[in-house]
Amino acid sequence: MPRIVVDVMPKPEILDPQGKAIAGALPRIGLTGFAGVRQGKRFELTVDGDVTPEVLEQARHAATTLLSNPVIEDVTRVEVIEEDEQ
Amino acid sequence: MTVETPLIGGPQPVASNNEDSPLNGVKIGVVTFPGSLDDRDAVRAVRLAGGSAIHLWHGDHDLHDVDAVIIPGGFSYGDYLRAGAISRFAPLMEQITAAASGGADALPVLGICNGFQVLTEAHLLPGSMIKNNSLHFICRDQRLRVENAGTFWTSEYAQDEELVIPLKNQDGQFVADNRTLDELEGEGRVVFRYVDGNPNGSRRDIAGISNIAGNVVGLMPHPEHAVEAGFGPDSSARGEVGVRGGTDGLGIFTSVLKKLVG
Repeated sequence: MPRIVVDVMPKPEILDPQGKAIAGALPRIGLTGFAGVRQGKRFELTVDGDVTPEVLEQARHAATTLLSNPVIEDVTRVEVIEEDEQ
Repeated sequence: MTVETPLIGGPQPVASNNEDSPLNGVKIGVVTFPGSLDDRDAVRAVRLAGGSAIHLWHGDHDLHDVDAVIIPGGFSYGDYLRAGAISRFAPLMEQITAAASGGADALPVLGICNGFQVLTEAHLLPGSMIKNNSLHFICRDQRLRVENAGTFWTSEYAQDEELVIPLKNQDGQFVADNRTLDELEGEGRVVFRYVDGNPNGSRRDIAGISNIAGNVVGLMPHPEHAVEAGFGPDSSARGEVGVRGGTDGLGIFTSVLKKLVG
């Protein structure tokens, strides 16, 4: 069944405490090549049937009303992916 | 003093401790979501302040004629998506949002901790909460200053009066853009500010805010845990108290009761 992927990221101006914690942990396992980390969320909405324009519009609506909070987060991707695609 | 703990499950009124008080006729609804933790404490606080408390269920479509609503602390829906995000769409929240947005006789609503997060997600209050800047869950007795004693929930305090009540959360860092923060400051809508150190990185030390009308107030610390001597914090902004003797939070609940009695 096709899936719609929704990516949500903390806004650039919002300090991301989770990303900061991960950035602090990387050098502890010897990985020093990264200047920063930001942590977001990926949602996969599975569609029963074809992804019609209406379904895609519903996914966009879900992305901005429930899946993200526009005060602190941006929706960075709403996209249909094929079965074998990640 | 003993307080009977009623079973959750129906909108039965829980009468106040003092049935002769005129405040007893005021009905304060306390909402229970799956994952609410402090709903019984809020019910108890309403009773100790002299009012009648009514249990409200998140899935209900009826506010049962309550005069005000408290959205309590906890982890509604497990805080799975974002704190308060799923609760916003509960059937009862639609009723509360509509009633709280009305004109002069809008419903007074108080959101405590997770309840504050629900109010921001419902757009009844601006801004949002992110993880504490320390990344730690913080549990401590916190000193606050009442910056607006003119709201439905703070009228029993003096302007700039301080209080000590418990703070306990993980997602307590209040954030908003500078324009929103300037608006909140300019319109006197910063209701509580942290004193003696900002515990979580909240912008401009903000601990609680209100809407323009002052009927909707949200705050992160927990006034309902500082309402009865013997069960409160070990300190008070009013001076020395005995062990667990702090009751600085009680005024939040007497404020709304007295406002509603007129």
